[in-house]
Amino acid sequence: MNLDFSPEDVAFRDEVRAFIAENYPAGLREKQEEGEEMAKEDFLSWHRILAKKGWVAPAWPEKYGGPGWTSVQRYIWSEETARADCVPILPFGINMVGPVIYTFATPEQKERFLPPTLSGDIWWAQGYSEPGAGSDLASLKTKAERFTGDDGKEYYLVNGQKTWTTLAQHGDWIFCLVRTDPTAKIQEGISFLLIDMKSPGVTVRPIITLGGEHEVNEVWLENVKVPVENRIYEENKGWTCAKFLLAHERSGIAGVARSKRGIERIRQIASAELGDDGQPLLADPAFKRKVADLEIDLTALEYTELRTLAGEAAGKGPGPESSLLKIKGTEIQQRITELVLEAAGHYGAPYFRGFPNDGDNAHPIGPDFAHRAAPTYFNVRKTSIYGGSNEIQRNIIAKMVLGL
Amino acid sequence: MDFNFTEEQSMVRDTVASFLQDKYDFETRRKIVASESGWRADYWKAFAEELGILGASFSEDLGGLGGGAIDNMIIMEEFGKALVIEPYLGTVVIGGGFMKHSGYAGAASVIEGIVAGATTIAFAYAEPQARYTWRDLKTTAKKEGSGYVLNGHKAVVVGAPFASHLVVTARTGGAQRDTGGVSVFLVDKSLKGIVTRDYPTVDGGRASEVYFENVSIPADALIGEEGGGLPLVDKVIDEATAAVGAEAVGVLRKLHEGTLDYARQRKQFGTAISNFQVLQHRMVDMFIEVEQAVSMTYMATIKLDEGDDERAKAVSAAKVRIGRACKFVGQNAIQIHGGMGMTDELAIGHYFKRASLIEGLFGSVDHHLKRYESLSFGPVSGKAA
Repeated sequence: MNLDFSPEDVAFRDEVRAFIAENYPAGLREKQEEGEEMAKEDFLSWHRILAKKGWVAPAWPEKYGGPGWTSVQRYIWSEETARADCVPILPFGINMVGPVIYTFATPEQKERFLPPTLSGDIWWAQGYSEPGAGSDLASLKTKAERFTGDDGKEYYLVNGQKTWTTLAQHGDWIFCLVRTDPTAKIQEGISFLLIDMKSPGVTVRPIITLGGEHEVNEVWLENVKVPVENRIYEENKGWTCAKFLLAHERSGIAGVARSKRGIERIRQIASAELGDDGQPLLADPAFKRKVADLEIDLTALEYTELRTLAGEAAGKGPGPESSLLKIKGTEIQQRITELVLEAAGHYGAPYFRGFPNDGDNAHPIGPDFAHRAAPTYFNVRKTSIYGGSNEIQRNIIAKMVLGL
Repeated sequence: MDFNFTEEQSMVRDTVASFLQDKYDFETRRKIVASESGWRADYWKAFAEELGILGASFSEDLGGLGGGAIDNMIIMEEFGKALVIEPYLGTVVIGGGFMKHSGYAGAASVIEGIVAGATTIAFAYAEPQARYTWRDLKTTAKKEGSGYVLNGHKAVVVGAPFASHLVVTARTGGAQRDTGGVSVFLVDKSLKGIVTRDYPTVDGGRASEVYFENVSIPADALIGEEGGGLPLVDKVIDEATAAVGAEAVGVLRKLHEGTLDYARQRKQFGTAISNFQVLQHRMVDMFIEVEQAVSMTYMATIKLDEGDDERAKAVSAAKVRIGRACKFVGQNAIQIHGGMGMTDELAIGHYFKRASLIEGLFGSVDHHLKRYESLSFGPVSGKAA
């Protein structure tokens, strides 16, 4: 039992650091540090840089374009990218549909979809949730009916509505769970379809969230014609893909490295801001206690994740234990945003969306960090809701780990 | 990076676990607790001779089997599962710890005694006025002739009734709460002038109030540097705290498993209460607490050999989470057992009692939070005037 990195791992870390220092655009780093919203091009530019290097999909098998890293190397990678405030790689292609495709798809489908997923040429959206199917995902109602087209080929006619679809406004393709057999038992009539978002009948409508962001959308599917060859895996076996994907979605969700960076930021902020008595906020015993608690809880999460990683390295896949990482990881992410807002004091109130705060540097409106403090706090409430709410994660642990 | 145990370490675990399974069931323990001596000296002998575990954590050149803190962690976790009363913590972890780290001239022979099961040690560090400030000492050791004379009162010296020797902290100089002037002594408990009032503790153990009344001790009783003993005390108490964390892990696992078992068989409203989601989620939260306590125990144990500050920070962080886990898991285990959890008859309450004492042992959650803060934040400086 030891925590030492091998000399190879240390060399790898140095290589990663050097690469990030040379290749990560300074403009992106600044935006990330300030917690600004990322534009489509922001996500894509870093994605493309990594794709070119062959590092965009750390967990993919080498034969599909992964770098062939060990779990320790992947851990180092996530630490280093967080330390450097790198734009996160969006999970929808790399962590979600990609692994489904290389695990369940035909050779033709792999050939067609994996390379553009890696390169960033396909921006994927996730078509899972529906207005009536949230935590109870299997109750989804979007219908896909098979028919033979005028060209003699087989198609599905898809009708329904997906919701909470993250960044679908930029989407090229959407992977959807659809009901192909309405008479079967609820989990047995579902199929996994890839739908070109340029198809007639696909409409994306924005949902504006508490922080004013346009991050999620409704996606309407009205008589959308989808070739049968866009179905992954067998018809009515889509739930297998769905479950597989959800387990992958949870791995890495602990976000330890990013939360470390978040706490570092709180320390900087609270050293600069003053508390009630004219001393730094960080010297205020009550505030300091909250930061200390957060650090300790993050340490506990970090070592729990390391134990999970060690288990994975020993050949166990990401199991239901990853639900624990999701619960604690998201709670910590939320507590970080709470403390930033608390640190902002009065300046948690000003709201700058559509009201640019620039042009008069002589008369500033509060510290820079405060501008996004409240919107970020509001936004991050999502983390305990998405990816299977934290209550659902408890159900999973109760059933799969505790056997209740 | 590696969280696996070596073959030797796994063997230690198996040996201890199978011995305790055969010979330390709950009914046997109940008898031990109720017996006059309060422990099984013959078991201690078996630990030394039959199991050979008392030397597991000592290096080979000190007469041990070549292990270290991880062996202590493994043994303490198994002891926690069986609520073992015998004085491994005081003797091997603490007494042995002082021998390992002090450069004590007689270390080899003391360790020989420990490994053979002949020497048992209790740690007399706490004082009635001092709570968790180890340097707050009224006990004095005055130089006299070639040796020292001890005077003072040590509080709740756990395991003292079973001990042949005491490790005692005392002032050889400085004022009551000074950092300097703290010395450590290894004292034969049978010396004239040592008065002990022995009593049971709420978790089934035994302890003593120890009064030193002009006790003459030889010069070679001094462990480490005269007046400079505090860093050594801090280090050994940190090692003991990590070991107690491991014991807590054993206790917590039993509390959690016992609760799952009970909830599966207890029926109300026509169904097992384990089917109620509100209880399922509670038991999941208990599971999360246990897993975090395991992680923190590993973390603290692995970091025991780091520099003083790094080690102290790691141990305090661990004790915060472990202390909280003891409270949460313990209280909810009783709650989910309902009325049965309140009875002396079931083991669950006895695990709860041990967990509750571990919570405050070597410092409460608040104490360790404060210590963590002082190490992690230092004096905060900002742009403030």
